[in-house]
Amino acid sequence: MSANGRRAIPYLYLLPAFLFFAPFVLVPFAHTLGLSFYDWDGLTQAAFAGLDNYREALGSPLVRSAFGHALVLIFFFGVIPVFVALPLAVSSARANVPGGNALRTLIFLPQAISTVVVGVSWGWILALDGPLNAGLRAIGLEFAAIDWLGDFTWALPSLGMIGAWTLLGLCVALFFAGLQQIPASLYDAAAVDGAGRWREFLAVTLPGLAGPIAVALTVTVVSALRAFDLVFVTTRGGPGTETVVPGILIYRRAFEDGQLGSAAAIAMLLCVVVFAATWLINRVADRRSA
Amino acid sequence: MTAAPGTGKGLSVATLLVFAAITALPILGIVLLSLHSPDVPVSGFAWPDRLHFGNYARAFETAHFASYLASSLIVSSAVAAGTVVVSTLAGYAFGTMRFAGRNVLFYLLLAGLVIPFEAVIVPLYVEMRAAGLANTYFSVILPLIGVNAAFGTFWMRAYFRTVPRELIEAASLDGAGSLRILWKVLLPGARPALLTLVVLVFMWSWNEFLLPLVMLSREDLRTAPLGLAFFAGRYTTDVVGMAAAAVMVALPIVVLFVATHRRFVHGMWAGAVKQ
Repeated sequence: MSANGRRAIPYLYLLPAFLFFAPFVLVPFAHTLGLSFYDWDGLTQAAFAGLDNYREALGSPLVRSAFGHALVLIFFFGVIPVFVALPLAVSSARANVPGGNALRTLIFLPQAISTVVVGVSWGWILALDGPLNAGLRAIGLEFAAIDWLGDFTWALPSLGMIGAWTLLGLCVALFFAGLQQIPASLYDAAAVDGAGRWREFLAVTLPGLAGPIAVALTVTVVSALRAFDLVFVTTRGGPGTETVVPGILIYRRAFEDGQLGSAAAIAMLLCVVVFAATWLINRVADRRSA
Repeated sequence: MTAAPGTGKGLSVATLLVFAAITALPILGIVLLSLHSPDVPVSGFAWPDRLHFGNYARAFETAHFASYLASSLIVSSAVAAGTVVVSTLAGYAFGTMRFAGRNVLFYLLLAGLVIPFEAVIVPLYVEMRAAGLANTYFSVILPLIGVNAAFGTFWMRAYFRTVPRELIEAASLDGAGSLRILWKVLLPGARPALLTLVVLVFMWSWNEFLLPLVMLSREDLRTAPLGLAFFAGRYTTDVVGMAAAAVMVALPIVVLFVATHRRFVHGMWAGAVKQ
C-alpha cells in the first residue's frame, strides 16, 4: 500500500460515524444558529431579522419565566437528589447493608423507564381522585387534597418531585461507585488523627466524591434545563403558564406557532445556559478535588 | 472503614428501605391499576378483585400498541446496530491510531455529548421534510445514530485505549492489516463493552420522545412512548387501559435492565465516574 493510502486509513474508520454525526447533528446545529437571525414561518421566504429574535426572547416575560421555571427544576432535579443520595450512599456503603445491591438497583430503576410512562403514572397518582389524595383523606387531611398538577402553586414543585424521584437512584449509584474508589488508607489516616465521623466526611469522603458529584450534578442539571417530555405529557406548560419550560416554548413556537426563527433563538439561549452550567460545575469540581 | 460494628447499621438499612419503598410504590401502583376491572372506578392503591389481563389485550389490539411496540423495536434495533458499528470503527481509530487532526475531530464529536437535542430539532425537521423523509422510520433512526455515535465513539475509544499496544504491534508485525487486527485481535475482548453500548443505546432510543413526536405524525408509525402520550391524552376515561399500556411500554426495557444491570450499571457508573 502506498504511504498516502496508509495515511488515509484512520480517516476511513472515522468516516461512517461522521456520515451520521455531521448531517444530523453538526449541520442542523449550525442551521439553528443561522435560523435564529431570521424571521421564518417554515414555508414562505425567510427574512433576515438580525438580533430581533434574541431581543424579543430576552424581553419576553414568558421566555424569562420559562428559564425561571427551569431554575426551580434544577433545585428539585439536582440539589435534592444529590443531598439525599450522599448520606444514603455513604451510610449504606459503610454499613455494608445486606441486600444493598438489590435495593440500590431498585432505586435506580426509574432511570430505565420512559419519561412518558413516568409522567402518565405520576399524573394518575397526583390526580384529584388519585392515590396520593386518597391517602391524605384517609388520614384526615382533606384540606390538603388538591389537583397537584393543575394547581397554580403546586404544579411546578410537583413536576420537580417527579424529577427527583427519577434521578435519585442515579445519584446513589454514582456516589456508591465513587466511594469504592477512595483508598481505605485515607480513612485509616483520618482515624489516626482522631477525626470524628463528620470531620472524616469533610476531609476524606467529600473530596473523594468530587468527581461523582460533578457528574451527578451535570446530568441532573442538564436534564432539568432540558425537561420537555415530562412537562409535555403531564401539564403541557399549564395551568396558565406556570410550568412552561424552554423546551416547551421551542416546540410550540416551531411546530405550532410557525415562528421557527424565534424557536431557534430560544434553543441557542438554552444551549448557552447548558454549556455554562456544565462548564461551571466541572470547573468547581476540578478545583475541589485537586 | 472505622465504624464500630453495628453502629448505625439499623438506621442505614431503614433509610435505604424507605427510599426503595418510595421508588417501588408508584411502580407497584400502576401495575396493580393495570389489572383492575375496567368497569369499576379505582381510587388509590388497591388490590384488584381478580387479575383483569383483558386490559392488556385491549391496549395491545384496540389501542394499537402492537403496532407502536413494533415501531419502537424496529427503530431501537436499527439505531443500536448502526451506532455499534460506526462507534466501534471510529473508537478504534481514535483509540489506537495517530493521525493529523485527531484531537480536533475528537472534540468535535464530544460536542455531540453536550449539544441539547432542542438545538438541532427545528432545522432537522425542515431538512427531513425537504428530503421527503419526514414520516418515515429513517427520520428518527438516522439522527439517533448521529447523536449516539458521539457517546458510542467516546465509549469504544475508552475501551480500545485499555488494550496493550504490544498486542496490536505484534499482530501488525505478523502482517495483519488494521481491519484484521480489529476483527481477530480486539473485538473478541470487547464483548462486555459492546454489550453495554448496545443496551444503553437501545434503551435511550426506545425512550426517545421529542424526535418521533416531531417527525412521525402518521399514526401507524408511532413509537411506543409516543403512542402512550396520545393514548393518555385521548382516553383519560380508560384509566386501567392506559396503565396497561404504560406497563407494556416500560416492560421491555425494565426486563433488559434487570437482565443486564450488573454489567451495564457497572459500566455506566465506571464510565461516568471516569469522565
